[in-house]
Amino acid sequence: MNMLEVQNLTKSFGSHQVLKGVSFSLKQGEVLVIIGSSGSGKTTLLRCLNFLEQADGGSISVGDEEIFNASGKMNLSDHAMRDRRLHFGLVFQSFNLFPQHTVLKNVTLAPTLYQTAQLKKAKAGRNAIKEAKAAIETQGRALLEMVGLSEKVDEYPCRLSGGQQQRVAIARALALNPDILCFDEPTSALDPELTGEVLRVIRSLKDQGRTMVVVTHEMEFARGVADHVIYMADGIIEEEGTPEEVFGSPKSEKTKAFLAAGYNR
Amino acid sequence: MDFWGVIFDLCQGFSVTLKLFALTLVFAIPLGFILAFLSMVKFKPISFLTKVFIWIIRGTPLLLQCLLVTFIPSMVFDIPNKDFQSMLGLRTMADLQFTFVLIAFVINYACYFAVIIEGGIKNVSIGQHEAGKVLGMTKGQIFRHVILMQVVRKITAPMSNEIITLVKDTALARALSVIEIIAIAFEKVNKYAVLSPLLYTSLFYLAFSGVLTILFHYIEKKLSYYSV
Repeated sequence: MNMLEVQNLTKSFGSHQVLKGVSFSLKQGEVLVIIGSSGSGKTTLLRCLNFLEQADGGSISVGDEEIFNASGKMNLSDHAMRDRRLHFGLVFQSFNLFPQHTVLKNVTLAPTLYQTAQLKKAKAGRNAIKEAKAAIETQGRALLEMVGLSEKVDEYPCRLSGGQQQRVAIARALALNPDILCFDEPTSALDPELTGEVLRVIRSLKDQGRTMVVVTHEMEFARGVADHVIYMADGIIEEEGTPEEVFGSPKSEKTKAFLAAGYNR
Repeated sequence: MDFWGVIFDLCQGFSVTLKLFALTLVFAIPLGFILAFLSMVKFKPISFLTKVFIWIIRGTPLLLQCLLVTFIPSMVFDIPNKDFQSMLGLRTMADLQFTFVLIAFVINYACYFAVIIEGGIKNVSIGQHEAGKVLGMTKGQIFRHVILMQVVRKITAPMSNEIITLVKDTALARALSVIEIIAIAFEKVNKYAVLSPLLYTSLFYLAFSGVLTILFHYIEKKLSYYSV
């Protein structure tokens, strides 16, 4: 069964149509890499998946649950919206860490608030909440260790390099255990020598069986990590297939031109 | 002239000044936040009206506002100030005058604070809101746990400016016969025919604004443990 099923997604900003009907599906544990020049709609697609934008048309299903359908009424409560949103995690290009909180708190803040609210609603006692908090902290430390930052738990983000900040952001996204983790050009804001450490973390997540959607300009990385590649141009999927198909023998002229330009950079 | 007697009376006057100062802050800061939110509401009529209100308050003298407030009970509600005083449970007319001044000060300063707070909120990058959203936080949680501290840090310097101005603006209360430190100083000047009480008064203001300056410096330092 497909983990993620996106059908005919459309989105316009004013008169400019950014997504002109995008459909794809993804199986559990697969990594989808989306490439394409800027303005092709890749980021908008990710933002629609994460409900940062609401698509004008189409539908999104996770597992057998339809979490978004533009034709249906989307009058969801804040709460229901939040539960749907949590199917996805998103790692931003510009990290967006919370500067006033320590690295550990960045990772634990959202799950702590979420769990505390759940427990309070279930009228759980103070001890239960305390235990939940301790468990989240333990999990946070484990995640930070996984991304190689166990020594930085008490630092503030401003004291970290870009690559370290992005790894914190990945740990933060993982703390809510999303079904599908999305990356929006995770290395584009980094100095070239820092991209490797972030890409290694993403690769190790693939080895752990994470389902991921990665928008990237790192072609070598894309080729290595992807199970499926989508090349987007002008709001549509211009070409898709296995990495061998798309990178090895692209059929579309646009794809060929894009890849040639990309490798010459 | 009885030096210590004068100083004692000035101290009593300054306690009224401090009371006006403190109460203005206590009410104007929350009201400033409310006005800032209202001026950012997506529903246009509300944000527009809030902005017009802020424009009127910031565009007219505080002294004029103080005077106008005293006419509101009689002009708008048709209640003489004497009855209004007992309605509010105030013991003396002086208490009522103080209340009027306080209301004018709170509204005036809330408007200045609102503009600063709105600027501070808008200055926090949209990415912070989005990060909170994709992590499943509610709007209230995002504001409380992510945005607020960043806003506080951004507004500390401009707020400290306004607050130090407020210390000195309290002198306007005298125009509504509130017996604060300047009123007492003038009384002494007339009584003893010396100017020194005015000099002492200025030292009171200087000392207090000095304390505030140090306090704000400390707060700014405390908040600068991170950079953005």
